Amino acid sequence: MRTRLRVAIASGKGGTGKTTVATSLALVLADAGSVEFLDCDVEEPNAHLFLKPTIERREKVEMPVPQVDEDRCTRCGRCAEVCQFKAIAVLKDSVLTFPELCHGCTGCWVLCPEQAISATGREIGTVESGWASARPTRLEGAEGQVRCVGFHHGWLRVGEAMSVPLIRAVKRQAREADFTVLDAPPGTSCPVVESVKDADVVVLVTEPTPFGLNDLELAADMAAAMGRVAAVVVNRAGIGDGRVRGFCRSRGLPLLLEVPFDRRIAEAYSRGEPLVAAFPAYRAKFAELGRSLQGLARR
Amino acid sequence: MKIAITTSGTDLDAPVDPRFGRARSFVIYDTESGQWSVLDNAQNLAAAQGAGIQAATAVVNAGAQAVLTGNCGPKAFRTLAAGKVAVYTDVSGSVREAIERFLSGTLQPAAQASVDAHSGIGL
Repeated sequence: MRTRLRVAIASGKGGTGKTTVATSLALVLADAGSVEFLDCDVEEPNAHLFLKPTIERREKVEMPVPQVDEDRCTRCGRCAEVCQFKAIAVLKDSVLTFPELCHGCTGCWVLCPEQAISATGREIGTVESGWASARPTRLEGAEGQVRCVGFHHGWLRVGEAMSVPLIRAVKRQAREADFTVLDAPPGTSCPVVESVKDADVVVLVTEPTPFGLNDLELAADMAAAMGRVAAVVVNRAGIGDGRVRGFCRSRGLPLLLEVPFDRRIAEAYSRGEPLVAAFPAYRAKFAELGRSLQGLARR
Repeated sequence: MKIAITTSGTDLDAPVDPRFGRARSFVIYDTESGQWSVLDNAQNLAAAQGAGIQAATAVVNAGAQAVLTGNCGPKAFRTLAAGKVAVYTDVSGSVREAIERFLSGTLQPAAQASVDAHSGIGL
């Protein structure tokens, strides 16, 4: 029986190779079962450059923001008091809303004693869904069938700051699958937390440099604080120093894969070729990575 | 009428604070009686966001009809405008000098915000 596995690929530092790892892992997992790929970096989605999906659905995403009925409002100030983001200001004889500051928590309209506040939609971006071809594989009873990876990503409206509701919308697009791969944004802030919070395993991609180590420490602390099982993949192995290895040992973080610093890999990346497509020898390594992650998730 | 002057101190001889939302405090001055009081704004100094909105709300609800300050950002300006408070930016010197200039009629109200959002952070 196959285990359902939900794996998030994250990193503290940007540009370490999250998408390289996420796309190759998804393509290889397609040999073992159904896969859904979610590019959660809605500020700068890039996985589509490698998976080249066929987009079949596109929809606008709105988040709920308050709308005040000034006739019913008694200026009691409860809404402004509960808002942690100052998105609503109650003056002596009017109420102002600042939709761009609202995080959509619903507190103001739930708590308004006069039911003077209702929710209205504010457009924050677009989600797109489709599928990407893995590669033709022979399956029992389905000769020559092309296996697919379900693909979903989002585009945050330019100038928009609220990415978390859009990431949630991307996650809602995903169907049930044997494997769900989430490509998280870089960093350790709210958008990353939203991307990794329900993952069985979080893969932290880093590079063996002082910058890579510094941000790996932050990302590992975040994963630990969230109670997530974490593992590490080192990209550009061969540069920098051995301190990332030492850190993984000291924190008991399994180092599951090292991808060497190799000009040919960078060239394939620049052409938009997934690592396992450009270098089929990596298929076995990513299959092994997948098995290790399933093992960690079961623990 | 009441006017609000941003200040980094607590009396009429203190300097005008160039920031609105993150001013240390406001002197609320009554032009008819010459009486004044201080409105503390310390809780907004370290706010991550919304300092201007909060400060403007406090000024409107204190009954002021004009604000004298150095700079004012867009959200504070919108809030003050909604509260029918005239905003005078580019005011410096002491609070007393600012009040004198206002009373002599030489100040011109601003038609819009003088700086971008979050300009007062870290100053």
